[in-house]
Amino acid sequence: MRKKIYTLCFMCSVRCPIAVVVEDDKIVSIEGNPHVPAMKGVCPKGAAAVGWLNDPQRVRSPMIRTGPRGSGQWKKVSWDEALDYTADRCKEIFAKYGSKSAVYCERVNLVTDISKTFLKAIGSPNYFSHDTICKGSVNTACRTVIGYTDGQISADWSNARHVILYGRNVFESMEVKATNALLDAMAKGAKVTSVDPRVSITAAKSDQYMMIRPGTDLALNYALMHVIIKEHLYDVKYVNRWVEGFDKLSAFVDPYTPEWAETETGIPAKDIIRLAREASQAKPAVIFHYGYRASHHPTEIYFRRSLIMLNALMGSIESPGGIFIKKGPKDAGLKAGIRKFSEQQFPAMEETRRFDGCGEEKFPIADTAHGVGAMFPSAVLNEDPYPIKVLFAFRFDPLYSNFDFQQSLRALKKLDLIVSCDINFGGTTSLADVILPESLFLERSDPLQMGAGLKPAVNRRIACVRPGFDTKPMWWILKQLAQRMGVGEYFPYETIEDIWNYQLADMGIPIADFEQKGFVSLSDKAIWWDREDGIKFKTPSGKIEFVSSLLEDNGFPSFPPYEALETPEDRFRLIVGRCVAHTNVMTQNNLYLNELVPENTLWINEKRAEALGIKDGERVEIESDTGKGQIRAFVTDMIHPEAVFMLHGFGHQEPESRRSYQRGVADAMIQDPIMDKVGGSPALDHTLVRVKKAV
Amino acid sequence: MGDYLIYTDAAKCIACHSCEVACKAKNNVPEGATLGKIVVLGPRLINGQPRMSSLFVPCFHCEDAWCMNACPVDAIRKRNEDGLVYILQELCVGCKACILACPWHIPQWDADAGKAMKCDLCMDRIDEGQEPACVAACPTNALQFGEPAQLSHKAREEYGLSLLKRNPAK
Ligand code: SF4
Ligand code: SF4
Repeated sequence: MRKKIYTLCFMCSVRCPIAVVVEDDKIVSIEGNPHVPAMKGVCPKGAAAVGWLNDPQRVRSPMIRTGPRGSGQWKKVSWDEALDYTADRCKEIFAKYGSKSAVYCERVNLVTDISKTFLKAIGSPNYFSHDTICKGSVNTACRTVIGYTDGQISADWSNARHVILYGRNVFESMEVKATNALLDAMAKGAKVTSVDPRVSITAAKSDQYMMIRPGTDLALNYALMHVIIKEHLYDVKYVNRWVEGFDKLSAFVDPYTPEWAETETGIPAKDIIRLAREASQAKPAVIFHYGYRASHHPTEIYFRRSLIMLNALMGSIESPGGIFIKKGPKDAGLKAGIRKFSEQQFPAMEETRRFDGCGEEKFPIADTAHGVGAMFPSAVLNEDPYPIKVLFAFRFDPLYSNFDFQQSLRALKKLDLIVSCDINFGGTTSLADVILPESLFLERSDPLQMGAGLKPAVNRRIACVRPGFDTKPMWWILKQLAQRMGVGEYFPYETIEDIWNYQLADMGIPIADFEQKGFVSLSDKAIWWDREDGIKFKTPSGKIEFVSSLLEDNGFPSFPPYEALETPEDRFRLIVGRCVAHTNVMTQNNLYLNELVPENTLWINEKRAEALGIKDGERVEIESDTGKGQIRAFVTDMIHPEAVFMLHGFGHQEPESRRSYQRGVADAMIQDPIMDKVGGSPALDHTLVRVKKAV
Repeated sequence: MGDYLIYTDAAKCIACHSCEVACKAKNNVPEGATLGKIVVLGPRLINGQPRMSSLFVPCFHCEDAWCMNACPVDAIRKRNEDGLVYILQELCVGCKACILACPWHIPQWDADAGKAMKCDLCMDRIDEGQEPACVAACPTNALQFGEPAQLSHKAREEYGLSLLKRNPAK
């Protein structure tokens, strides 16, 4: 019999609502959920999900390593054996080093509440998520200005009249809903400006593209603010009502003229002035997108702050066509939201200091909910602040995600126990001691998701087919482990229905309500707060803080002077990014996605390439202070002469993943260990490299 | 394209290749072969701005189909009701005459099966009242499927309405 099942994709972290047609336990089709108007279809990753279903290159059963780390020698074991082994090893190690010696990292997902429960139950303060590496500084920056994280705000693309993107590659990072919302706005006449050292597909689809010197976005923004303030282009009423520290900003940006910015950014002063005026004409329906996955430099937090401040000057925060604060169940008039397992009472931890110094002296204002993942390798290698012995890497691969691959490799090799939960053999997984394979999202049901937004909703992922291999959902794995470690009581469930009922206990929504559309909407109309008086900024002052109490109270300035960026003539700045075919470092071995984009290339400006005697398609060597690799050159006029670009996520060294094995170069191999010490993000676009013909 | 047409709206296409991947997944197309193909030009500079455009190229389901005429064992057939051209897999002997005969070499080689395969516009889906997999998967509705007359009506209507909106009656 044919069935249409509404569920949530997980080929990337966006989790689009999809409709899956199933017949005789086989997937017939995967399309967008028709009950969500902007879900007109699926991205190629969603379309390629079936390529994983019966892929023999997946992790097909629990495994225990038998040879040296990374040797590819494994013993297939039962779930009981794998779980007993993991729990026994943990008990042994914790007896000696305490449970603080365990670090848990993951890609934030529907099970995160249960992950955090597990960590609290075993008594370790050490958690970090993939978000910290991707957008730690965006998160911190947003909190310094408006008190919300980047995850608690979003852009009202469809009503925007001018959208300014700084490397934010909307059409290649591809959230289906956002993509369509922006395309619809463009069809209605919205203008899109792309600022990027490289022409992405988004840039090629924009109305105007500005090629900027890599790393100088902050200079552009200071000049834009300069023009906006000098020409009184800002929303005076809004600024007077909501902004703290406007005078300080005015005085600060006074010296940063468009002419000054021209020499720094390479963008003509007249274009900067024009952009400021054009944006202002569209206000408040303007989005200066705060972005991620681009422009990660050591001063990133100040760049992201400048973007939020530009929105504030346009009066666009909590304005249709601008940025909005996501609303939850209480805003929709409900008494309570989803009940969390991690909010139970847990025994006090014997050690509350974290491995990464997040929320402490090292990183006082980075978000402890995500940690500072970039610190993991050095914390392990230097045993600072204490020895780390165990890593739970749950569907996240820190080896290829952080800078300085060799350092990460040394750190992983130093650990006593690596427990990995993965779909296929990723970098960290192939070094693990034990692999607890997770079922694919099409094969498992997960805890419900609270989808905050203008129209908050609760969303559900439900299994569409039975697991093709001996794999399990993570909520089951974590409970099994916890039980074996003597803390099973914090996991009061047996089945997924128990979890759903627990989550919904205070909301009064029966689970049957998810059958019809896959989600339950909590509000039929978009919830906007009153721009004159009703915006609840979560800063100490309740206002938009240009002068940030969060920064200043922790000894950081709100407006440090701009530091000019030098790139020696014989070097390039390596910038990295994504394509639509792949999610981080996870999908390169997928049957269809591997065929679509099998390896990365090095984008290099045609004039620089000519001077170096490099021809299109030739192999080149790229080298930084940290590492080097060989890669094919893509010679083009679509990139700034000072930059070279490569896609993130390639150069896999896991022989089990045969399609992606040794295809391209891992950016992690080249990236220097530098970071934004205030915001907490690694500065993944800051590394200087040399490029030459490979011999 | 038989009685049908797939139209690519280049303004909406973002070259994501979902159409291609969905086609491969639905039709179990082996590595290296592509039934429906999205062809992308650019980005390249036009009047100082980078621009790109794209066109989806499935099989055209020709009226007097070269592939069908070339097949020595009559494995390629044309449906009476809507003119779709398809290969009867069980009759194909793998001689590749269709691939050579088609002016655009659109039939593909299935190395696993040792047979030719080609886009049949997902006639099984069409018979169920659905659009071809490529069109259904396209996340931006850049691909539109329909009969030529219907697409033409729709496009003219949209254009006409946009003119009327711009110059409303006084
Ligand atoms: S395969 Fe070529 S010749 Fe045959 S119907 Fe298609 S386009 Fe025409
Ligand atoms: S799926 Fe749609 S948007 Fe993507 S490449 Fe194909 S036609 Fe273009």
